[in-house]
Amino acid sequence: MTSFPWQSAFEIREQVVSGAATAVDVARAYLARAEELNAKLSCFLYVDHEGALAAAAQVDRAVRGREALGPLAGVPVAIKDNLCTRGVRTTCASKILGDYIPPYDAHVVEALRASGAVIVGKTNLDEFAMGSSNENSAFGNVHNPWNLDRAPGGSSGGSACATAAGLATLALGSDTGGSVRQPGAFCGITAIKPTYGRVSRYGLIAFASSLDQVGPMARSVREASLLLEVIAGHDVRDATSADHEVGAYHAACSRGVNGLRVGVVRDQLDELQDSQVRGAVEAALQSLENNGAVLVDVALAHAKHAVSVYYLIAPAEASSNLARFDGIRYGLRVSGKDLADTYAETRGQGFGPEVRRRIMLGTYALSAGYYDAFYLRAQRVRTLIRRDYDAAFESCDVLCTPTTPTPAFALGEKTSDPLEMYLADIFTLPPSLAGLPALSTPCGLAADGLPIGLQIVAPPFEEERLCGAAQVVEDACGLLTSPPPAFA
Amino acid sequence: MAGYEPVIGLEVHAQMGSRTKLFCGCPTDYGAPPNEHTCPVCLGLPGALPVPNEKAIELAVRAGLALGCRVAPNSRFARKNYFYPDLAKGYQISQFELPLNEKGHLDIEVDGHTKRIGITRIHVEEDAAKNLHGVGSGAVTLVDFNRAGTPLIEIVSEPDLRSADEAEAYLKKLRDILMFIGVNDGNLEEGSFRCDANVSIRPVGQEELGTRAELKNINSFRFVKNAIDHEIARQEGVLQGGGQVVQETRTWLEAQNKTVSMRGKEEAHDYRYFPDPDLPPLVFDAKRIEALREALPELPEAKRARWQKDLGLTDYDAGVLSAHPEVAKYFEAAAEGLAKRADGMKASEAGKKVGNFIQSEVLRHVSTDGLAATFPVGPTAVAGLLAVVEDGTINGKIAKKVFATMVDTGKSARTIIDEGGFAQVTDAVAIEDEVRRVLDANPSQVQQYKGGKTGVLGFFVGQVMKATQGAANPKLVNDTLKRLLDA
Repeated sequence: MTSFPWQSAFEIREQVVSGAATAVDVARAYLARAEELNAKLSCFLYVDHEGALAAAAQVDRAVRGREALGPLAGVPVAIKDNLCTRGVRTTCASKILGDYIPPYDAHVVEALRASGAVIVGKTNLDEFAMGSSNENSAFGNVHNPWNLDRAPGGSSGGSACATAAGLATLALGSDTGGSVRQPGAFCGITAIKPTYGRVSRYGLIAFASSLDQVGPMARSVREASLLLEVIAGHDVRDATSADHEVGAYHAACSRGVNGLRVGVVRDQLDELQDSQVRGAVEAALQSLENNGAVLVDVALAHAKHAVSVYYLIAPAEASSNLARFDGIRYGLRVSGKDLADTYAETRGQGFGPEVRRRIMLGTYALSAGYYDAFYLRAQRVRTLIRRDYDAAFESCDVLCTPTTPTPAFALGEKTSDPLEMYLADIFTLPPSLAGLPALSTPCGLAADGLPIGLQIVAPPFEEERLCGAAQVVEDACGLLTSPPPAFA
Repeated sequence: MAGYEPVIGLEVHAQMGSRTKLFCGCPTDYGAPPNEHTCPVCLGLPGALPVPNEKAIELAVRAGLALGCRVAPNSRFARKNYFYPDLAKGYQISQFELPLNEKGHLDIEVDGHTKRIGITRIHVEEDAAKNLHGVGSGAVTLVDFNRAGTPLIEIVSEPDLRSADEAEAYLKKLRDILMFIGVNDGNLEEGSFRCDANVSIRPVGQEELGTRAELKNINSFRFVKNAIDHEIARQEGVLQGGGQVVQETRTWLEAQNKTVSMRGKEEAHDYRYFPDPDLPPLVFDAKRIEALREALPELPEAKRARWQKDLGLTDYDAGVLSAHPEVAKYFEAAAEGLAKRADGMKASEAGKKVGNFIQSEVLRHVSTDGLAATFPVGPTAVAGLLAVVEDGTINGKIAKKVFATMVDTGKSARTIIDEGGFAQVTDAVAIEDEVRRVLDANPSQVQQYKGGKTGVLGFFVGQVMKATQGAANPKLVNDTLKRLLDA
């Protein structure tokens, strides 16, 4: 039983399908582990014993009835708590939605259920996915399984932690400016931010609509690729969802990198302060080259403006997206002396400081007299950033950068300085603004044992290239075989 | 005083007659129990996303085409941000910088000549929910989201109107067109056609516009005229008293016959419009616009002109018969039916006869509800009835009685005539007997006729008809009278 946590989704499915283990056995093992370790890690906001066992029992019935089984039959999956789950509390780690129970499933949750996955629980996050350390959760911060004093990254820190520490086989996160990639890097797992429009946002509680994408997280590239295959596809309920054929992401993991032109943003890499990160990324590039890839230097002239652009556009959209949390129809209501007061009290008490800060930033950026100078100008620079990538992809097929400037920083290290925290996203923001697919996969460990992530970026809908290149890096680094020592 | 010239622009919100809401599949019908027609999308639940209703957008394009607008090949939805309990998402999805339709016009009749009123834009937006104050235990306000997300168009005119009468003419014509193209049901009372007016005045001859007030709550044609006239008088009073008109929003209180200030310029909302990132641009290529233009129903003005030219109607008759799109359809179907049944009858003759009959007999039985109308009998039944008048089976007077029976029983004219003995007396011998009796009973009138006063013929006809209780064939009576008197 204890061996389950470190088995892959493929191995678990194989055992369930062959009858070597029941899905209920697998679910029980994971639920017990979650129960035991969550007090230490705080990665789950809710462990769904009842729902998980019911879903597992259904898989077992299907096995006994010799019914067709989905690609994730019996596989335990954790879900970020900003994805709506019918009948199961969905909080966004915010007091304002502390007792909110959605009446419907998000598109990706439906897709998981249809694939036979067993949803074990809802994972912690920065409130409304706003943050890079998970310290903005209203319900306690998550710890990094590689070092409990370190941040797991954010905002999908709970999903990254649960996967890395073996509390779930796979997880879904969401990524607006790096929210699956950065915690993926910090926790030593693979995370994919798909092309904007690749995965339906229906049922993902919006932070910044033009940037949000749901993304898979797993301990191996193959598993993350499989999970992407399950959740990707056109959905008529999301007008921004792309009617574009879903790729064979899992199969693409075996395609290798022979002849692949890998772009390296040389000045970014050279300017990197952290020599261990630089060293690990250079080693990964070397392994790609050793396997037949061709390294090409490219430039992204406007990428340096990404933080400024992002912190205007994302808060602007958020200020509008979060207006619906007003205490009138659902969620927290703090009654005031009149309507305006009720709004102010509800939102003042319901939202945490970072969410309030971003709502104010965004409201300001959209205000009469400031719109042109802030929001509109940011949109123009966003276009320039996108064009830089168009140009870069004329000379390369994928592009590599570090995922983060440093390995996981300490909990509390950056909480007093929001700007410092925002800079943790400098490498993940540009592809997000350009709507491009990007993947983070471990490429080494720092001297203190913390994982380091490599980010690979591809042109729109070329996720298969990401999977192929990342698999080569994974094969070279071999991190998969070594879970965080404290949880192995 | 040299006097002031009013300058008026109108903003009309018209609900579009699509069966489902603008961004979800919920029905738009009235009258359901509160919050019955709702889903995660129109309730603004977390994670729900809007998807544009293609039919509703096409109706908006149709309105643009009917009003001579340029349809934008690319337009965008924008969010209008403000807090209110009837607004589920904390913003209304509307259009701002890139509206669907721009630069149209509407021609109105003013004192016998035509005046062109510019239409700045027609954009698409969603309606808000409805707050119900003081229901139940009294102090609470409840919100009914059935209306939330209902598709609207906002039609913004240029400030080209110069009087309350012009404003009224513009609104009536606009409503007429929107009803005939099936976009709006024209129901002011239920609020599916709502109007705000921007009113300012300036000294006659001055180019520059005066400071305007925005008038709200003017939801009937009578209110529009009253409210605007009162606002013009109020502004004149302010200026003549040496004061200045301030920019503000005012509401019309019909009961008190005055406008009062709702909020001043400094309290105006900053709506923080920005393009809605959940909704890609609306794209219409030239081919699709042309297809929609070709599918545009005949506009009421063109219809009335055609009726006068081809169907023998007067301007007045054409106006009455086109008061509602369903009445117009009914008239056209009945006129066509009659022309077909009565051999050799010209379209203009059939049109005239049907038009007269509908106005005198049918219309009082017709009831309308928005774009729907209920008729006592179908248009083919009316055509059938008038056809048996044509072939001489019954006369016009009997036809009215038969029609009344048709309305009561739903039977056809032919059946009623067969059952009820309404057929005309066409027996020449019987009629001649009756004519002779009348002539014998009225010798002095016979003398008058013979003396040249042929006008008394009508008197004799009337007497014969009376004696036969209207059943005699009037033509036969006429001919027989003439034959006997002129002998």
